[in-house]
Amino acid sequence: MDDIDRKIINILQTGFPICDSPYRQLAAELHIGETELLDRLKKLLDNGTLTRFGPLYNAERLGGALTLAAVKAPAECFDDIAGIINSFPEVAHNYARNHELNIWFVIATETPGQVEQTIQAIARQTGLSVYNMPKIKEYFVNLVFKA
Amino acid sequence: MLDSRDQHLLECIQLGLPVCSRPYAEIGKQCEMSETEVIARLGSLKQQGLIKRMGVIVKHQQLGYRANAMVVWDIPDGQVAPLGGHISRFPFVTLCYQRPRQAEWPYNLYCMIHGKDRAVVLMQLEQLNQACGLANFDRQVLFSRRCFKQRGAIYRRDATDSPHG
Repeated sequence: MDDIDRKIINILQTGFPICDSPYRQLAAELHIGETELLDRLKKLLDNGTLTRFGPLYNAERLGGALTLAAVKAPAECFDDIAGIINSFPEVAHNYARNHELNIWFVIATETPGQVEQTIQAIARQTGLSVYNMPKIKEYFVNLVFKA
Repeated sequence: MLDSRDQHLLECIQLGLPVCSRPYAEIGKQCEMSETEVIARLGSLKQQGLIKRMGVIVKHQQLGYRANAMVVWDIPDGQVAPLGGHISRFPFVTLCYQRPRQAEWPYNLYCMIHGKDRAVVLMQLEQLNQACGLANFDRQVLFSRRCFKQRGAIYRRDATDSPHG
């Protein structure tokens, strides 16, 4: 990854034009040719630096629901519990964290009712109580990972 | 709200935009729309806020952001909004939410801080504490030890057929 790749990653995180030749427009801003931009993007996608290139949906406005949940998994069955939680397609993100509440995950479902169902199913299958922390308010963040 | 053509378009585009000279024309071929219609519909979905933005999802670990901490505070309810607003303006804060307190878990303000390593994250947290006057509130810092799973939200048509169901 060189400086031009870094510039590409930074500029793409701020948005992508919706017009007939969006890459050409971006290439002009980056002072490179459109073909070079397309080639570099393909490489960044192929080597996994960029995972997906497209729309970021507002899941809730589209009818879906999200919540943040956590469990206290005992050390002796930590991997089994993590495995059970990962096996739910409704679990979008899942992280081990250094606290007594040691597994934190995001549940994303198509309808609000399914969030509660998923929480109950995880509680049943793991035998643990599941802490459910849906958002009350989101504070706007300009999410950019500077490359 | 969405009509059936919007839904079809969202389904076609959700795996990503083609990397080619006329990506919206390419998407149009997949969902039997003209390039003009695709551009008009996406522009309107974005304006309505149903699409937050077009752009990339980066694998932040690959860019060297190896440490992330979820920091939670117990803030008096009346002060959450101004503090949340203040915290979210720092560039290393990647998410900021108010969430309900739980039994034995009194924390109500959450933020995520990403950094190259733990020392950087802790320094950034100290900066937040100073700038926002957070030092006296009870808090917890939960570093991630392992990422088991990370995927984007997937759009499915049935998600919008019965928004209240």
